[in-house]
Amino acid sequence: MGLITDIRDSISSLFSAQDPKRIGIYGPPNAGKTTLANRIARDWTGDAIGPESHIPHETRRARRKENVEIERNGKSVTIDVVDTPGVTTKVDYTEFLEHDMEKDDAVRRSREATEGVAEAMHWLREDVDGVLYVLDSTEDPFTQVNTMLVGIIESQDLPVLILANKTDLEGSNVRRIENAFPQHETLPLSALEGDNMDEVYDKIAEYFG
Amino acid sequence: MPEVKKADDDGVQIDLISGERMESMTSMEKIRMILDGVHEGNIVILEEGLSPDEESRLIEVTMTEISPDEFNGIEIETYPQSGSTDSGLLNRLMGNDETKKLTVIGPANQIKTLHKDETLISALVSRK
Ligand SMILES: Nc1nc2c(ncn2[C@@H]2O[C@H](COP(=O)(O)OP(=O)(O)OP(=O)(O)O)[C@@H](O)[C@H]2O)c(=O)[nH]1
Ligand SMILES: [Mg+2]
Repeated sequence: MGLITDIRDSISSLFSAQDPKRIGIYGPPNAGKTTLANRIARDWTGDAIGPESHIPHETRRARRKENVEIERNGKSVTIDVVDTPGVTTKVDYTEFLEHDMEKDDAVRRSREATEGVAEAMHWLREDVDGVLYVLDSTEDPFTQVNTMLVGIIESQDLPVLILANKTDLEGSNVRRIENAFPQHETLPLSALEGDNMDEVYDKIAEYFG
Repeated sequence: MPEVKKADDDGVQIDLISGERMESMTSMEKIRMILDGVHEGNIVILEEGLSPDEESRLIEVTMTEISPDEFNGIEIETYPQSGSTDSGLLNRLMGNDETKKLTVIGPANQIKTLHKDETLISALVSRK
């Protein structure tokens, strides 16, 4: 028994040492998750993950970029970046009609969105080793979805970094996000402009390395 | 809800579920009960709320049941907000169970949160 357990332990530690950590990018729709995922992927691998859009629920399937090697202070950490659909408790296809979409397309978009969110919730319970929680810092962070998701992440004991995105915009308020989640570290950034990405990479290496 | 007559069409039914009743249910039974109530157009109020794992499953199952023109999903509010304060450790030391939070759940197209802060939730409920 002892020997088998020992072997099993050493095999699993071998794998966990080699397997890159799977880092999920979570947050509400339109927060800038894909913009951040693309920036990370472009900075370290040269290509992007998926399309970005001002229309909510642009990402409707979790997408993964494997083996993203981030170099920090002479060391390197390798992670799999998973961009997930924005989490919500409701999807109303008629809201997409306001974005000049035909009814068929809007209905399809909402169906894909709901499937994607269900999948993202499942992944969060099963398949994620750490979370980058992205928020639009021009918006109120005290929402039920944010409260629930951060609670779910905490209950799984996953390391999490809160990212206050869109600091380039006029109404950005990073303090409000810090106040909403005082138990976690909040980093300001603009995924679009690339502001403060060095600090973001430092912290990614520190938290998930 | 079992063995309960449906409310009249011109009213809004509110189901207040005690912690005691929830205690004997499995996670999926709780989620089924909540969503069955919400599908009927009811407002479901849980005295003691759900665990984070149950909340995650509630979102997942809600998503699979959304159907255009029929069901848009849920609106959910908890009180007090679990993530907004740093009282987690203190609460645990004091033996308070973090899941014991009043939770209000309703159909997204019928319930709208008007105002919410640490001491008050104000919601507007409309008929079907
Ligand atoms: N000004 C500004 N806009 C940003 C920033 N990051 C993202 N955006 C914009 O916000 C919108 C949404 O960005 P996405 O990256 O698609 O957001 P998402 O979180 O992936 O959205 P879903 O996939 O729909 O959940 C797009 O119009 C982006 O250009 C930022 O740092 N600053
Ligand atoms: Mg996206």
